[in-house]
Amino acid sequence: MAETVSGTARRAPRVPRPSVSGALVAAVVLVALLVPALVPLDEQAVDLGARLRPPSWSHPFGTDEVGRDLLLRCVYGLRVSLLVGVVAAFAATVVGTAVGALAGALGGWADRVVMRVVDLCSSVPHLLLGIFVVAMFRPGVWPVIVSVAFTHWLSTARIVRAEVLSLRSRPYIDAAVAGGSSRWRVTVRHLLPGVLPQAGLAAVLMVPHAIWHESALSFLGLGLPTHQASLGNMVQAARGSLLAGDWWPTLFPGLFIIVPTLAVAGLAATWRDRLNPRRRSEPTL
Amino acid sequence: MTRGSARLPWGPMARMAGRRLLAAVPVLAAVTFGVFAIAAASPFDPAQAYAGSAGLSAGQGVLDQLRENLGADRPFAVRWWDWITAALTGDLGDSSSLRQPVAQVIGERVGWSVLLCAVAFALALAVGTALGVLAARRRGGLFDRAVTSVAYALEAAPPFWLGLLAIWLFALKLDALPAGGLTDTGSDAATPGQIASHVVLPAVVLAVSQLPWFVLYVRQGVGDALEEDPVRGARARGLRERTVLLHHALRSGLLPVLTLIGSRVPELITGALLVETVFSWPGIASATVEAATKVDFPLLAALTVLATAAVLVGNLLSDLLYGLADPRVGFDG
Repeated sequence: MAETVSGTARRAPRVPRPSVSGALVAAVVLVALLVPALVPLDEQAVDLGARLRPPSWSHPFGTDEVGRDLLLRCVYGLRVSLLVGVVAAFAATVVGTAVGALAGALGGWADRVVMRVVDLCSSVPHLLLGIFVVAMFRPGVWPVIVSVAFTHWLSTARIVRAEVLSLRSRPYIDAAVAGGSSRWRVTVRHLLPGVLPQAGLAAVLMVPHAIWHESALSFLGLGLPTHQASLGNMVQAARGSLLAGDWWPTLFPGLFIIVPTLAVAGLAATWRDRLNPRRRSEPTL
Repeated sequence: MTRGSARLPWGPMARMAGRRLLAAVPVLAAVTFGVFAIAAASPFDPAQAYAGSAGLSAGQGVLDQLRENLGADRPFAVRWWDWITAALTGDLGDSSSLRQPVAQVIGERVGWSVLLCAVAFALALAVGTALGVLAARRRGGLFDRAVTSVAYALEAAPPFWLGLLAIWLFALKLDALPAGGLTDTGSDAATPGQIASHVVLPAVVLAVSQLPWFVLYVRQGVGDALEEDPVRGARARGLRERTVLLHHALRSGLLPVLTLIGSRVPELITGALLVETVFSWPGIASATVEAATKVDFPLLAALTVLATAAVLVGNLLSDLLYGLADPRVGFDG
């Protein structure tokens, strides 16, 4: 038992290997982008003669309560979820990077005020804050994107600020300041490029979070309108057939949420090891 | 770590709690202000919400009158101040969807949420610790890889989806547990036995959604402790592997986890929002979702503030435990 003296046992494969997770992410993106263009099938095609068929060769995921093919609907749902997730994560990253870089570069009381606001927003549970925003602004695509971005920029702001603070003490920044660069120029030309890798990593990791939040809001009936069926809407719509004993309309949309999340987590872990070679990091979700 | 309760530093702990209580006042005030500001910026109309479906056919004059009666025509900062001063006397306004005082809604429902969350939390802590220790025993081994893989998958799985699948399996297929609610349909009296059988499924699902964090952190903490000198020394003294694992590694590996559990309150609330809705559990989390779908601002505002207060209490608990576990940290924060 007592053989783990060296660190050999620490490098256990925990999530799919980099190549596997990279391939998975690529597959998810390609499927979401290309299937609607290449596959000439209508995901809204109703076939009342084939309602709630269990998975079979002609319908690998089965059919829903009006006979629509669930595999096709999952792909289209993934497309909607991915689009909302990417837009929300991008918005959150832009806001978080701007606020974090500003706080870190300005320092002093501006930094303190900004970080107090960040702490304040973090003390309300994210999903609850999201629910509140969506409820006040009425469910829809943009309120959902705004509510996800509004609750997710905080972590990016913290990461970017910490990175800016550590960069500020580097010699090349001192050199730039000594060379007469203005504070604005130092921030935009020297600090911001330095934090972009970290911000990019945060953005990639945020996409699954955003998808998770969007699906939770949609499931609660506070998300996307039902004609823009995201994966969360699909789980919500499947509740009736689940209570009648049919599991497949619930199971597959959920798996479509889990798989991209795991793939992104694996990819992000590799990315983080590149950024930070000395420390082998655990993948975080 | 087996200090007598008499030797607990009550004084510094109480002072820390007092300071945090004072610090919480501006935080809660700011959160309520933000809530009112968001509502003021939104197309939400209190008069329409109060009038309900009758408001759709009501004339503009009636709505204006109602708006004046409700005080909704005044600036939001004034309404915010009125709300704060009324809240201090225990008056949180009336819920427009349930047509009863908000304080009464919270009083009736908060206990059920606390029960659900407490059972789930205890379950997640116990099972998560056990699995984490077993996985840490041989990192990279088959069991470790299985546990961590499942943990990552569960972390990614939406709790509402887990809840629905649990209903399908345990309530529909196995017919072992009720699918939701607090009591069986047709019986009004909530007997302890009925409540116990109804709390099992939602609590297990909520626990499972919290489990990955516990498993991964305990595994990390205990695994790291297993590679440190005290454990190596214990092994060198020839102690049994079980003693090393449970008395040395677990003790030092679990402490960082224990100090972090207070910071799990936001995740617990997030999970409760989804799980209570799936299982029709009559707690405040499901009331929050109902209030949101019916745009019930008074209830939603009060529950948002309540959740924030719970998060602050959790943070305080975390820091108190941290100070207890590591005397170098102390209670100055």
